[in-house]
Amino acid sequence: MSQNGTILAVRDLRKYFAVRGGLFHTVQAWVKAVDGVSFEVQRGEILGIVGESGCGKSTTARLILRLIEPDAGEVRFEGGDVLAASPDEVKAFRRQVQMVFQDPYSSLNPRMNIEDAVAFNVRVHGASRAEARAKAWNVLNKVGLRAEQFGRRYPHELSGGQRQRVNIARALVLDPKLVLLDEPVSSLDKSVQAQVLNLLQTLKTDLGLTYVFISHDLHVIEYLSDRVLVMYLGQVVEIGSAEEVSAEPLHPYTQALWASAPSMNPDERIERPPLTGDPPNPIDPPSGCRFRTRCPHAMDICARATPPLLPVGSSGRQVACYLFTPSETEDLAHREYRPPAG
Amino acid sequence: MVETTLDATTPDLLEGPAGKPMSYWQLVWWRLRQDKVTLAAAGVILLIVLSAVLAPYIAPYDPFQGSIRKRLAYIGTPGHFLGTDEQGRDMLTRLLYGGRMSLVAGVTPVFIALLAGSSLGILAGFLGGRVNMLIMRIMDIFYAFPSVLLAIAISGALGAGLGNTIIALSIVFTPPITRMAESVTTQVRAWEFMEAARASGAGTLAIIRHHMIANVLAPIFVYATTLVSVSVILASGLSFLGLGVSPPNAEWGLMLNTLRQSIYVNTWVPALPGVMIFLTSMAFNLLSDGLRDAMDVRL
Repeated sequence: MSQNGTILAVRDLRKYFAVRGGLFHTVQAWVKAVDGVSFEVQRGEILGIVGESGCGKSTTARLILRLIEPDAGEVRFEGGDVLAASPDEVKAFRRQVQMVFQDPYSSLNPRMNIEDAVAFNVRVHGASRAEARAKAWNVLNKVGLRAEQFGRRYPHELSGGQRQRVNIARALVLDPKLVLLDEPVSSLDKSVQAQVLNLLQTLKTDLGLTYVFISHDLHVIEYLSDRVLVMYLGQVVEIGSAEEVSAEPLHPYTQALWASAPSMNPDERIERPPLTGDPPNPIDPPSGCRFRTRCPHAMDICARATPPLLPVGSSGRQVACYLFTPSETEDLAHREYRPPAG
Repeated sequence: MVETTLDATTPDLLEGPAGKPMSYWQLVWWRLRQDKVTLAAAGVILLIVLSAVLAPYIAPYDPFQGSIRKRLAYIGTPGHFLGTDEQGRDMLTRLLYGGRMSLVAGVTPVFIALLAGSSLGILAGFLGGRVNMLIMRIMDIFYAFPSVLLAIAISGALGAGLGNTIIALSIVFTPPITRMAESVTTQVRAWEFMEAARASGAGTLAIIRHHMIANVLAPIFVYATTLVSVSVILASGLSFLGLGVSPPNAEWGLMLNTLRQSIYVNTWVPALPGVMIFLTSMAFNLLSDGLRDAMDVRL
């Protein structure tokens, strides 16, 4: 894909959360939630972000939208610098980049009917009441909730799947170009998940959208994504096309992740050792490669320096592991960003 | 366009008149009107308030005019429908006038505490961090004393009188309302819909207006109505102890105190102010229950 097809570029994004405590709310420690994350999203693709809970997937999405202010890094949307934007520019940016939240229960105001909840987003950008309502009805119908019937309902009267449709409607009502989906189906039943995933795919094709799809469910990621980004403890360990990554995971963490996913075929046994133990405490991550404490291939060099994310092969695959990069890269600048080859 | 359109199989659970578009507050009002008990409680409160306001016009006698000859007349005595007190003053008249003081002393402190407590609590919850710690720790100091004791201590220090009773009770009720407001605000702030509203590009004021107010104020308001009944009782209690309204003014708690010595002479007349306190307190309790049900969209 060509460079001008890039809709969103994230470079070396960092967010350290202060852990406060004690009598005077002093900073006790820092959690490196997102620590030098870089990736690009191409126009029209679905980029899946996968990783264990707590690895910084959701934080990354919130940092992109500036719902949380990043500490360092760069976010460029269609070339414009998001982090340097004025409040008005941020408002315009948020109109084009929308987010679907994970929890269908707490993401809707219990005291607002769904028509108003969807129309609110339009009203925020200066539309009249009637115009906002018309748009809300239109998009509610698009997500499969008949507006005449459901518009006046309150969230508690809807099922989880229906609520998630409202969430999707709310994100789409402003005609965004990019939608960040933060575990949109994780809290739904399998059958409802399929419905919502199909709906998302249909909407993407019909409206020409680009998705960043965050999930911990590998099946969902494989089913939907064009490219996959694997995160571990606030860092990107591997990026590649969905087919390549699932067919031949390179990074030991990706291998373990895919090996631990239950197979649909009962004859297919898990041969590679699945992950054991919990991720290390992000307050005090291991030196060098953060995965080395759980890695079956850990070497001396892994403890000394963080492996940079470097291209492997020619298909735009990137891996951050010394098994695949020559050891002299140790001297390279700390996790220097390199655009993918091709 | 999407094949997964949902059918009309879901029953209509919205407990509003079918087909009529309603805002949240309209729905609350509509639900209140369906609730017989709450309506009755509201009716009782309205009656008590009206009779207190209109006391000078509807009371048959002068509340301060006593008569040595007519002391402690029984209930049903001709001319004195509810009897007379220990100084021969008409009970009906004094109960009507007493309602004015008791209601003022009961409702005003809660209203003041509602304003002070909810602003402090919402501020603490919204800003968090050090501001929160400062406000909430100060409130904790008040929690060190039982509320009745605190009210007695403050009125005792300030001296008797209606104004001081109101000040004392306002101070007593501010910490619980602050605590309530702070916890509700913190809760609402953590809900994802607040973040979703920010993600839509909405400014802080629009978010507070459309997403916070109803979610925060409804529970605080309901809690404050439950405090009114406590406040009526506390205010009467202070007058009973001689720390509230001073004689010869009519106030239910004070009337209970002065009539207490006559309970062996005339059993039922001294009970009347207590009945009024009970009725008022009960009515406010039932009303707050009804409000809570009506405001909870999840019921």
